[in-house]
Amino acid sequence: MTAQLNSACRQALVDYLLHLGDSDTVMSQRLCEWVGHAPALEEEVAMANVGLDLLGQARSWLSYAAELEDQGRDADQLAFLRDEREYRNLLITEQANGNFADTMARQFFFDAWHFHLLTALCQSTDAQVQAIARKGLKEVTYHLRRSTAWIKRLGDGTAVSHQKMQDAIDDIWTYTGEMFTATSTDPLLVEAGIVPASAPLQQQWLGYVQATLQEATLTCPDENAYMQIGGRQGLHTEQLGYLLAEMQFLPRAYPGATW
Amino acid sequence: MYAQLVETGVKRVRNLDEMSPEERHFQEKIDAEIKIEAKNWMPEAYRRTLIRQISQHAHSEIVGMLPEKNWLTRAPSFKRKLQLLAKIQDEAGHGLYLYSAMETLGADRDEEVAKLHRGEVKYSSIFNYPTRSWADMGTIGWLVDGAAIVNQVVLQRTSYGPYSRAMIRICKEESFHQRQGYEILLTMMREGNDEQKAMVQDSINRFWWPALMMFGPTDTDSPNSAQSMAWKIKRMSNDDLRQRFIDQTIPQLELLGCTAPDPDLKWNEERGHYDFGEIDWSEFYDVLKGNGPCNRERLRTRREAIDNGDWVREAATAYASKQQQKQHAA
Repeated sequence: MTAQLNSACRQALVDYLLHLGDSDTVMSQRLCEWVGHAPALEEEVAMANVGLDLLGQARSWLSYAAELEDQGRDADQLAFLRDEREYRNLLITEQANGNFADTMARQFFFDAWHFHLLTALCQSTDAQVQAIARKGLKEVTYHLRRSTAWIKRLGDGTAVSHQKMQDAIDDIWTYTGEMFTATSTDPLLVEAGIVPASAPLQQQWLGYVQATLQEATLTCPDENAYMQIGGRQGLHTEQLGYLLAEMQFLPRAYPGATW
Repeated sequence: MYAQLVETGVKRVRNLDEMSPEERHFQEKIDAEIKIEAKNWMPEAYRRTLIRQISQHAHSEIVGMLPEKNWLTRAPSFKRKLQLLAKIQDEAGHGLYLYSAMETLGADRDEEVAKLHRGEVKYSSIFNYPTRSWADMGTIGWLVDGAAIVNQVVLQRTSYGPYSRAMIRICKEESFHQRQGYEILLTMMREGNDEQKAMVQDSINRFWWPALMMFGPTDTDSPNSAQSMAWKIKRMSNDDLRQRFIDQTIPQLELLGCTAPDPDLKWNEERGHYDFGEIDWSEFYDVLKGNGPCNRERLRTRREAIDNGDWVREAATAYASKQQQKQHAA
């Protein structure tokens, strides 16, 4: 498959794979921060479990990106040696954990996007993309079930949890639009049948989100609200720099070292 | 060892003639290696001792997540980060098994955790030491999990059935962690640069003695051991376990090309064991009393996690009862 890609398409796919891999990497890093701090032991297990799944998926996407890029880099070098201007993750993934509701709002919106995207990517014309998506979808199906359950528990739990959940959703909503904002090179990939078009994906996502929030007695923010974008162009919020400084410390401090 | 000092409340071990018929029947089962199960009669002191030991063990798994979490967000590669996260996830799972085993004795998990947070009960002293470098992730896997395994392998034969079965499950995962930890160090020693090698030796220097302390006080200073041994809660003495650990660890240390920070360590042909230096027992008791480098921080972190999560658990409970009401109405 990869041999048939023309160079423009290949570059577009590398960018897209970085976007997927970086989003998973950053999301996983945020979940790692929760370890030892979760509200219940069962949530320690769940948080680590989701983080671990995403880390595995990140490695798969970035390995494939490195292979296509063909510049002698591997997944580790892509993750640990690129600066924030080169990172292609969604802005939503780099948002701070905040309280448990903030984390769950972020997780839920991300999982719902991830689930519908991977479902579509299972039909990709690129065999490797298809294979990674198939494996990932099994995991993400579980992630979405869990975050959906928490949205309902917190939304329809106590007055306190309801308010915190609503605040969390309202706060992070502005970062959801980016999940469906195509870059200038995405149409090449859509045309080649490698990735799905974002408009139908957005409709599926919105339908699922609205239904869940309604069941959770929560108000869904305005779908036409102003949306922050920039992650896929390497234009991040101020949060990513710190996250990468921590994450990349060892490979940066000891260049070329084997661990 | 994850439960280093367990008070039995028993001053002197009694013989069969001094026991009531129930007690004698119980002791005879123990002597015949028949496992005690949750619904069987057991002396109150046996029950309380086990609750103390298993809860300490469970608390150790949970507090033990923190020193490793300290490097989780800084793990240097995908492989290492995946391994470490999987390991910490296992530890949370071990905590869950152990709390469940403890609950078969009639104890309440939340109450026992509250005692931990009030500083009334212990967890393993080893987790009060800070993790200062990445090499500590290897050393903890190798030495700390290694010491845990030596103890837990024996505890697979402990007299209380639910505890024994938890140990069997836990040991399988622990062995995996230990090999991973050792491999981290081996990689740094064989493929690493001079700075990485120095990092490994420094880490071993810092964790060597604390790992040996995990087996608890010397047998002469373990007044509770006799009763725990008679009940077969413990199957080997602290000193015997410590010796076993040292004997099996030194060849691994040599394979790494590292040394132990103990000038008195040497093979004793006559005994067929390694001789080793005196443990600094004042440090051991200081750490146990709450004065180790990280005692306050570890407890504060755990207390805050549970306190900050109050509203989350309350929400889950409220939601569950609403759902139940809806089901009843339907």
